[in-house]
Amino acid sequence: MVITQSPKEIDSIGFGLMNPEEYREMSATKIITADTYDDDGFPIDMGLMDPRLGVIDPGLECKTCGKHSGQCNGHFGHIELAAPVIHVGFTKLIRRLLRGTCRECSRLMLTEEERDEFREMLKTVRSLDQDVNDVTKAAIRQARKKDFCPFCGEKQYEISHEKPTTYYEIQNVLANDYPQLIAAAMQDEDDPTSPQELAEKTGIELARINEILGGTFRPAREARRSIERALDVDLTVEDMNKLMPSDIRDWFEDIPDEDIEVLGINAQNSRPEWMVLTVLPVPPVTARPSITLDNGQRSEDDLTHKLVDIIRINQRFMENREAGAPQLIIEDLWELLQYHVTTFMDNEISGTPPARHRSGRPLKTLSQRLKGKEGRFRGSLSGKRVNFSARTVISPDPTLSLNEVGVPDRVATEMTQTMHVNERNLDKAQRYVANGPERHPGANYVRRPDGRRLKVTEKNCEELSGKVEPGWEVNRHLIDGDIVLFNRQPSLHRMSIMAHEVVVMPYKTFRLNTVVCPPYNADFDGDEMNMHALQNEEARAEARVLMRVQEQILSPRFGRNIIGSIQDHISGSYLLTHPDPETGDPPRFNETQASDLLRGTSIDELPEPDGVEESEAYWTGRTIFSQLLPDDLSMEFISESGDTVVINDGQLIEGTIDSEATGEFGGEIVDKITKQYGTTRSRVFINEVSSLAIRSIMHFGFSIGIDDETVPPEAKERIAEAIENAYDQVERLIETYEQGDLESLPGRTVDETLEMKIMQALGRARDNAGDIAEDHLDESNPAVIMAESGARGSLLNLTQMAGCVGQQSVRGERINRGYEGRTLSHFKADDLGAGARGFVENSYTSGLTPKEFFFHAMGGREGLVDTAVRTSKSGYLQRRLINALSELETQYDGTVRDSRDNIVQFEFGEDGTSPMMVGSKEDFDVDVEHIADRIIEAEFDSDEEKRRFLGEVPQETNLSEHTERLRAAGVISDD
Amino acid sequence: MTELKRSIERVIDDSELPKRLRERVRQTMIDREVDDKSVAEEIVQAVSAQYEANRVDPLEPVGTVSAQSIGEPGTQMTMNTFHYAGVAEIDVTQGLPRLIELVDARKKPDTPMMTVYLEDEFADDREKAHEVVWQIESTRILSLGDVSTNVADMRVTITLNEETLEERMIEPETVQERIESQLGVDASLDGTVIEFGPTQPSYRELLQLVEDLRDIVFKGIEDISRVVIRKEELDEGEEFVLYTEGSSFGDVLDIDGVDATRTITNDIHEIHKNLGIEAAREAIINETMETLEEQGLDDVNVRHLMLVADIMTNNGDISSIGRHGISGAKASVLARAAFEVTVNHLLDAAVHGEIDTLSGVTENVIVGKPIKLGTGDVDLRVGTADQ
Repeated sequence: MVITQSPKEIDSIGFGLMNPEEYREMSATKIITADTYDDDGFPIDMGLMDPRLGVIDPGLECKTCGKHSGQCNGHFGHIELAAPVIHVGFTKLIRRLLRGTCRECSRLMLTEEERDEFREMLKTVRSLDQDVNDVTKAAIRQARKKDFCPFCGEKQYEISHEKPTTYYEIQNVLANDYPQLIAAAMQDEDDPTSPQELAEKTGIELARINEILGGTFRPAREARRSIERALDVDLTVEDMNKLMPSDIRDWFEDIPDEDIEVLGINAQNSRPEWMVLTVLPVPPVTARPSITLDNGQRSEDDLTHKLVDIIRINQRFMENREAGAPQLIIEDLWELLQYHVTTFMDNEISGTPPARHRSGRPLKTLSQRLKGKEGRFRGSLSGKRVNFSARTVISPDPTLSLNEVGVPDRVATEMTQTMHVNERNLDKAQRYVANGPERHPGANYVRRPDGRRLKVTEKNCEELSGKVEPGWEVNRHLIDGDIVLFNRQPSLHRMSIMAHEVVVMPYKTFRLNTVVCPPYNADFDGDEMNMHALQNEEARAEARVLMRVQEQILSPRFGRNIIGSIQDHISGSYLLTHPDPETGDPPRFNETQASDLLRGTSIDELPEPDGVEESEAYWTGRTIFSQLLPDDLSMEFISESGDTVVINDGQLIEGTIDSEATGEFGGEIVDKITKQYGTTRSRVFINEVSSLAIRSIMHFGFSIGIDDETVPPEAKERIAEAIENAYDQVERLIETYEQGDLESLPGRTVDETLEMKIMQALGRARDNAGDIAEDHLDESNPAVIMAESGARGSLLNLTQMAGCVGQQSVRGERINRGYEGRTLSHFKADDLGAGARGFVENSYTSGLTPKEFFFHAMGGREGLVDTAVRTSKSGYLQRRLINALSELETQYDGTVRDSRDNIVQFEFGEDGTSPMMVGSKEDFDVDVEHIADRIIEAEFDSDEEKRRFLGEVPQETNLSEHTERLRAAGVISDD
Repeated sequence: MTELKRSIERVIDDSELPKRLRERVRQTMIDREVDDKSVAEEIVQAVSAQYEANRVDPLEPVGTVSAQSIGEPGTQMTMNTFHYAGVAEIDVTQGLPRLIELVDARKKPDTPMMTVYLEDEFADDREKAHEVVWQIESTRILSLGDVSTNVADMRVTITLNEETLEERMIEPETVQERIESQLGVDASLDGTVIEFGPTQPSYRELLQLVEDLRDIVFKGIEDISRVVIRKEELDEGEEFVLYTEGSSFGDVLDIDGVDATRTITNDIHEIHKNLGIEAAREAIINETMETLEEQGLDDVNVRHLMLVADIMTNNGDISSIGRHGISGAKASVLARAAFEVTVNHLLDAAVHGEIDTLSGVTENVIVGKPIKLGTGDVDLRVGTADQ
């Protein structure tokens, strides 16, 4: 049957084995020749490239369905196998069935009661969605125990399985030396038996007995048994009787349907005999396309190669059999056919040499196509390649809003959005088409109402633009304000893919505001990112409402903001608001300076000056910063630099603004604004803080050089002294150790104790060096400012630059590898001193000695290896976690359920609060006191504010920043 | 004021706030002496608005979010396995390997460990605490005395140390009896010297006896090789706490002086066996949280860990995250095939005639249908104008 119309939606997918009859029916042709193309390059009829199997060359027509390449999915053919072969995938099941069913009547060797029991078990297991195989295994184990079939009484033999596809029945057959055995038994000293007696006892004619004793007649089973009984001997030896696939097939054919149902096998869809193949389906050519190389030679797919092998052997098998070849040859060929069919399905069977290509590369056959990361399932079905996507290097642009992304014009002209032309956008549509495909706001394609798609070219664009009218579709270029998805791999959390608004720009890189670096974990050392243009209105709406950067300011991981000021923004606001160490006041600015600082923000009027100095009005940095805060914001917290920040009614009264206030990963102010005033206000705040901070850092000037980490000679002396002290301590420790006086810590050996103590002493030495260095670096030192404000770097970094790098370690221990008893040939063996075990006493500024440098490189290498191992391990952990949890979803009733509606939690996180709104450490509670305060005291500036407070006004979320003027006109939402 | 007006009471009762929050609203109103109904209404409205705003949205894919929230910080964890947790003397697996071990639901943790709290006088008195230690720590022959073998006479001689015997409260007779019953030999006891040998003179057997002798546990719990006793400052004051290397939760709980209400192990299966599945869930949450905290990732919201623990213990048993556990038990053939061991799942599905109803996420991605999560789980219909 040819399916003429594809179904609209897949409802379910059933799995089963296929009836060979079905193969034959659906087959487009039988394949009999191993050749593919004839000398003229045409496919041979009934060959592997038969045109009835589908078309791959463009322009040709499929001989089965008449469609062209691309439309025709291809059609299966079939090979009639000369002899049945085992399907490798089912070898285990075949073994089980052979062991569990009777060799004579093929019935499952379980009594009716036992069957009922297993049927019942099967039912429970199925209803609980557990593994059916466990029941099957148990049933077979039970059936295997029986030596005789409970139905026909036939004796059963042990089945042995030689991997992958050979089965033997271990039978007792008549030993070859049976005449001797019988004779020996007859001459038993105590009770000799004469042939006559034997004949009488067994009821076999005397002449026959004599023949048997002479070895000229082999007694049949009955006769053998009676002789055995009469003489009380065992005339048999164990023999491996090979079960040919045809035998197995016959055996399985007789298994009744109801018997296999007990084993959990669906008899309707999957008869066991179908596990032994008699006909092999040939995949359509579209599934194994051949490629034409540059030199005109054709290169066939691996599957085709394998099929050629199968057909060749199949042919030889048939010829030999018809010619009446000896059984041995037939069996060899049969095995060879089995091998080829096996490797056709799976080329990675253990114990079987994989089939190889001429070049020695193992062939990629059916199983290999499905398996693994690049296989069909994970590579082509769960993850797909998409159109309308772009990838290029990223670079920073602080002038963009955090919601925006700068898209190079050459990307914008390639990515399109579909415009449905109507009266209202007709003008625009015509203008786009008139611009053609190359000038920026242009169009690449148009679609007429009759469904025909026309390419807009430089030549026809003018003419085409006149024809555009309502009802047409225009694929226009990306323009400012369009919404696109932006992504950086590895996509470890949902903030790795966010929606941005397009700003078309010259040059070749994507531009993004630096504050979105933390969620993407991006930097600009050559990182590339991907962009996806959304193709329907639903997707665009969802992206705008749910995925826009400003909606992702709060991270669900820790319930605080992940987007905020970074690096220079923090240094900048620190400089702006931190009191001068000498005067104790925050910096002051005159009118020009103050207005310049606020230039990048929406503040266009300076507040009342804080005072007058030398007849000039001045504003403090804190006042300027306060301009960006919401008017009614009040809060108090401890800043990173240690002072208390007090904000009262939108005024920064006291404290330094640093990473704790506006920074990424939980800046108090950003967090509070986002939760209290909404994401739009927060976006505005972050944008403005970053631009103010940049203005501020430009005002002060900020640079770092080698001189900033150089300490004066007296400091150097003190550091050297501190290290010298530590060396002495180590020396003493070693001495006590060598004298055997070192007392070990509980549960540790003396060696371990020594190591621990030395490590401690040297660690202290480095800390002391750091403290000394810090004493000599003043507060205005840029490195100190960065460390203190939390902008970048730490005091440890500073210690290592100015003081002493410290102990290098590998595997958490001092370096102790290399030569026997020593790390480098420069040391004496068994030297446990600091220098010999990787202590670096120099600082990065003073420079490392060659030995120190080597130890440092050892420590550094370990770090690199660790990172490499960690990424793969944690990647796999994440994949498993996602896979296990991906189906969980909160429901309208507050429960968390999986896709089968199993309840996993009655209320998410036991209280139903969103992890995004609540930090993990805070005990979340609605602040009833505060609410009551505000309402009772009715401290609202406007009705609007009150309504927002009562939750009557929904938060505006999805207005494009690009359409600021709409907002001015009072539009607050795109809905 | 101690009571609110009936009308205000009714306003509070009619709200859809949870009971606890309602109680707080009522209390606040009493404290503030609210007696204007409209003010009360507004307060309730504002509280409800904030409560609603802080709730998870229906149809939120919380599973994926939780998985990401645990997986993403995994990239920042160390690989170094050892490191001590609190006690310098005991090595405990930490960092990413420990996290993997937990979600794998391994039968035995890499470094099993218990924290044993003591009751009453045992917690305050070092002597008493030591009594408990001897009952827990496994005592083998080498810690009781010297073992020597006399090849000429084919005898093994053990010279017991009287002090240790006394300290650990073991009688020489017990040692003798243990040896006799465990090794099946006749041992002679003379003071503190025990002697025995193989029945037939055989050099190999003699050595084997010594080998076996070393494995005999004379006192304590076999799995626990070491116990560290520490004085710790807790909320309730100073007390002795025991840390063990090796874990045998059930046995330890039975020992006199052990405070079973506080004692814990890092083996979740032991907790499951002894205290039940709810305790196991709690243990998974605590252990994962501790692992993250140790790495300075203490900001991860517990709710994510709860979800992981809940799905691992959902069917009343601890199932692992991965193909042997939750992922392997999925209903959909395609979902299982797309995860791991693709081919086997397809072949099994064929034999059993499985039908994939395409209800989960992965299956629908594969067939190209919208998934039933988030916005994909909502059906919208455009209403008519007259509504």
